[in-house]
Amino acid sequence: MIEVKDLHMHFGGIHAVDGVSLSFEGGRITGLIGPNGAGKTTLFNVIAGLHQPTSGQVLLDGADITGLKPHELFAKGMLRTFQIAQEFSTLTVRENLMMVPANQSGERLLDTWIRPAQVAREEEQVRAKADEVIEFLEISQVADELAGNLSGGQKKLLELGRTMMVDAKIVFLDEVGAGVNRTLLNTLGDAILRLQKERGYTFCMIEHDMDFISRLCDPVIVMAEGAVLTQGSIDEVKANELVIEAYLGTGLKNKPEAVS
Amino acid sequence: MDGALNSFLLLSNFVLVPGMAYGSQLAIGALGVTLVYGILRFSNFAHGDTMAFGTMAVILVTWLLQAWGVSISPLPTALLALPFGILATIVLLLLTDRWVYRFFRREKAAPVVFLIASVGVMFVMNGVVRFIIGPNDQRFADGERFIIKAREFKRLTGMNEGVAFKTSQGLTIVTAVIVVAALFWFLNRTRAGKSMRAYSDNEDLALLSGINPERVVMITWILAAALATIAGTLYGLDKSFKPFTYFQLLLPIFASAIVGGLGNPLGAIAGGFIIAFSEVTVTYAYKKFLAYNLPPDWAPDSLMQLLSTDYKFAVSFVILVLVLLIRPTGIFRGKAI
Repeated sequence: MIEVKDLHMHFGGIHAVDGVSLSFEGGRITGLIGPNGAGKTTLFNVIAGLHQPTSGQVLLDGADITGLKPHELFAKGMLRTFQIAQEFSTLTVRENLMMVPANQSGERLLDTWIRPAQVAREEEQVRAKADEVIEFLEISQVADELAGNLSGGQKKLLELGRTMMVDAKIVFLDEVGAGVNRTLLNTLGDAILRLQKERGYTFCMIEHDMDFISRLCDPVIVMAEGAVLTQGSIDEVKANELVIEAYLGTGLKNKPEAVS
Repeated sequence: MDGALNSFLLLSNFVLVPGMAYGSQLAIGALGVTLVYGILRFSNFAHGDTMAFGTMAVILVTWLLQAWGVSISPLPTALLALPFGILATIVLLLLTDRWVYRFFRREKAAPVVFLIASVGVMFVMNGVVRFIIGPNDQRFADGERFIIKAREFKRLTGMNEGVAFKTSQGLTIVTAVIVVAALFWFLNRTRAGKSMRAYSDNEDLALLSGINPERVVMITWILAAALATIAGTLYGLDKSFKPFTYFQLLLPIFASAIVGGLGNPLGAIAGGFIIAFSEVTVTYAYKKFLAYNLPPDWAPDSLMQLLSTDYKFAVSFVILVLVLLIRPTGIFRGKAI
């Protein structure tokens, strides 16, 4: 589980994150919502090691991970995906996945000469793992396609696949649903739920799509103006006056079915 | 008919064969530049002098081997010395990286800062080479000079024109094929090669995926050292070794890499041959060629040379400027500078 303690992130005079304390429980899918400019992505970036926080602490299972570099967090099983999917466009989907595990002996020139058997064995294991991930995500039809040719939604699936290659413990999804069509969104949602239930993944996602959040997330944390407004189940959050005012807009008070 | 065949042989002798050899040398040189650009994202101006350093190392080892009486005649002894030259150059480039470029990488310096730093490195390497081996011409080719001599060719075929094929030219072309095949196999088939491509493609994601950037950089320098030494040695065997010539080679090599598309290995090879053949065809004297193909009284008196060989570097320069004006990403759509 991840604990954030009194985190501040200031950019000059702007207090993007202004004293946030919260925790993401292990084995659950926590949704992070809030109006634009609430500081969600900044909070993500600080937790994921892209920014050094102005003050405050981030703990992973009790250990201080504040300010660690992305690849150091990666080694601890903490991964983030991007709002705009990232991929190695000139490698195939399978090669993209096989690139993920760190410290493969084949990446060292010397080992390819003096320990070819070990390199081949490792390569075989990684390939088997990649094939399993491809099957899990049901993307075998594009496995040998260059990743640069995938559709936006398929790239998001690939992002999810990347987290599976290393059996990540905690995955941060930044607007995984953005720009993805309904059908693929359902596939993505299914994959996320299965990863959580079958493999005990912890997810934490920024999302704007209310249907998607209702289906996946429990609990939901609401941020506004750099601080946590409230948290609870999606129904509790939706019923909260403060949230309706800050985020859902006053017009929705009268027709709550619009968000369910 | 005889005239046409003879003129073809003439062109083979003075354009096709030398162009192929020179093109292969430029291609291997440009591959080094393009790899460094693809991974480290700067134009390495020290590449020409890296070639000079590598060739110098090869020459020194060659002399040593010759003194010991080691020989692989009819092949030049330099081939035997090549691996040692490569090793020495790898050490040089890794030390340069540690002492110079790594600092700027940590500072996250802009590419232009790296470029200027590489100019500095160029001057230092230049000085080191001249200090050790001197500024003069060195010939180190031994073994059989020709695979086939012009006179022999004439005798065998009974033609007026002979095609000479130098050992160094044959070696250059064979080596270029092997080097290119090995490099592409490495980049496309091995894990280390793929991690290089991944790093070149999307640096942020590569870092996030736990690809060790320092290791990728190290492999890049090792490859650049090997390519530079091979290209330099082949050029030196074919012509001769003179530190200043290698500094001048920088221009056609950069032109090759940019024409093909910086950062694109295939482009570097295509660019190498384009530049080489442009240079050779523009500086070739067409007098004899025209004499074969025109009625006798039309035959020109002048050399019919478009450009004196003294100006051969102008050819690459013009092509370079044209490509940058018209299509800055190069033929194979590399990265724009």
